[in-house]
Amino acid sequence: MPESFPISGTISGNRALQIEEPLIFELGSDGRLGVDLPDPAPVDEDRLAGCRRQGRIGLPDLSEPQVVRHYTRLSQKNYGIDTGFYPLGSCTMKHNPRLSEKMARLPGLADLHPFQPQKTVQGALEVIDSLAGWLKDLTGMPAVAMSPAAGAHGEWCGLMAIRAYHEDHGQGHRRRVLVPESAHGTNPASAAMCGFTVDPIPARDNGRVDVDALKAKLGDDVACIMVTNPNTCGLFEDEIIEIARATHAAGAFFYCDGANFNAIVGRVRVADLGVDTMHINLHKTFSTPHGGGGPGAGPTVLSDKLAPYAPLPFVVHGEGGLRLVEHVAEAGGAKPFGRMKGYHGQFGVFVRALAYIMSMGSDGLRQASTDAVLNANYLLARLSDVLTPSFDGPCMHECLFDDRFLKDTGVTTLDFAKAMIDEGYHPMTMYFPLVVHGALLMEPTETESKETLDAFVEVVRGLAFKARSGAAADDFKSAPRYTPRRRLDETLAARTPVLRWKPGANATAQAAE
Amino acid sequence: MSEMRFTKDHEWVRVEGGVGAVGITEYAQHALGDVVFVDLPAAGKVLAQGGEAAVVESVKAASEVYSPVSGTVTEANAALEDRPGLVNEAAESDGWFFKLTLSDPGELADMMDRAAYDAYVKDLD
Repeated sequence: MPESFPISGTISGNRALQIEEPLIFELGSDGRLGVDLPDPAPVDEDRLAGCRRQGRIGLPDLSEPQVVRHYTRLSQKNYGIDTGFYPLGSCTMKHNPRLSEKMARLPGLADLHPFQPQKTVQGALEVIDSLAGWLKDLTGMPAVAMSPAAGAHGEWCGLMAIRAYHEDHGQGHRRRVLVPESAHGTNPASAAMCGFTVDPIPARDNGRVDVDALKAKLGDDVACIMVTNPNTCGLFEDEIIEIARATHAAGAFFYCDGANFNAIVGRVRVADLGVDTMHINLHKTFSTPHGGGGPGAGPTVLSDKLAPYAPLPFVVHGEGGLRLVEHVAEAGGAKPFGRMKGYHGQFGVFVRALAYIMSMGSDGLRQASTDAVLNANYLLARLSDVLTPSFDGPCMHECLFDDRFLKDTGVTTLDFAKAMIDEGYHPMTMYFPLVVHGALLMEPTETESKETLDAFVEVVRGLAFKARSGAAADDFKSAPRYTPRRRLDETLAARTPVLRWKPGANATAQAAE
Repeated sequence: MSEMRFTKDHEWVRVEGGVGAVGITEYAQHALGDVVFVDLPAAGKVLAQGGEAAVVESVKAASEVYSPVSGTVTEANAALEDRPGLVNEAAESDGWFFKLTLSDPGELADMMDRAAYDAYVKDLD
């Protein structure tokens, strides 16, 4: 019998299968082993000199079942796309078909070594080349750089190609980049990293680029514009052709942020919009893992003008099969701006993307983008009378609401999101894009069924009615109630972050306080 | 205390003896929420009116702070390094960001005074 016990709550602090899990460093005890290794042979002499370890490494001593349980319990605390509906959408994760996973694990692909002779990896080079072919077909663009490792890396690739072109054509003074206010934060960051200065373009009341303001800012010092289409408000930039025309007339390039390509695949070829370069987030559009599930990949398509500056390495068809060009001398007169990454890019992601594309087929890809847009419009239609849509529909693959429906209720977007957690849903994107107040951005993706969307809609509608009843503000402020931890102190965490465990610290007890 | 002037981007400047103290307004700190980090310009930095001067990061967002007037930075508010929350507690006094010597005091004439700014903010809500 314990000497004392809580009147309410449990003795362990656990709540059924919601287990209080310590850090792994707080588990175990001295001398416990998961694997029994023979003692190493004594070494008379070594060359470690001053590098010899002086004290304990401090690794936890655990048995194998302790390690298995620890990580299994942690994984059970996670909420992901395999657990339930995830209105953050493809920005974070969408369904990764198991067939693609199986293909990526084929030993002939998974066990390759990047230093293998090229004649032994012809199949792998064909995977890269085939995927490149699909990406060129789907965008209508003549070239693609496969090596960028993520979306922002792809932005950097496109901008570096633009910079290389300008410098090669006596236009090196073009260093200003125009970026809409609603852009992903990576756009201005990539431009700055490339040595450009960023000039924001305001939006119109309908959430789209203010074309007149854009034109007023164009000049002979502008290197390029960076426009996301569909944009971060989930809207198609309906004046995109005119934007491209004006940009080209000013001698600048059109970088398209292709993060939202998943809304238009099979319906719009970006080459027809006048795009000069665009990155493609394979994880968003072609369902490869991302956000904890694996590395991203950001292949970047290039126009004829920019193609010669594509980074090394790239695959070419040569005598005796496919060949990987790794050096400028082999590049056949092209002027690659450099190399962005070791080896060839995220090969495992390429395999998944190609498997996805081939299993979907061109008709399936078109249907996926169509269904993504349909699902978002379904949410928009079913929620518009209780939430406040920021812009008139229809929307593309995501629908944007702001917090006007919460005015005078005492409930904020953050409170609303916390209440959704108690209802068993991961919240949607909050407070982005910044161009609307208290944003709630929902992206259902193409994979969700009508039943799933209806259940979600009922919860959101119910919460909205509850908030607007005027009597529930305290209830919202105290959400979430049913999670292992209640509302965390984000301010304290940001101002005095505790970034690692130190011996003697009891993180679990601290967090519980 | 001399009169404060305001920008549409919610910065304020208070000039005394040719030196202006710059910060963000009460409205801005409230909109940002808890401030967790402030990146300030170094002394000697030359700023143009409307140019990027500082960055303020809150739990909600990171935002640029533009210089309301042109001039050369003389001092950054060292207190904000350890206590960024001072921006929330005293946005328009102790939570100032930096001071600068004005290169064109004439710029002040076109800026909003307290009454005009209050009216501007009222219109935003």
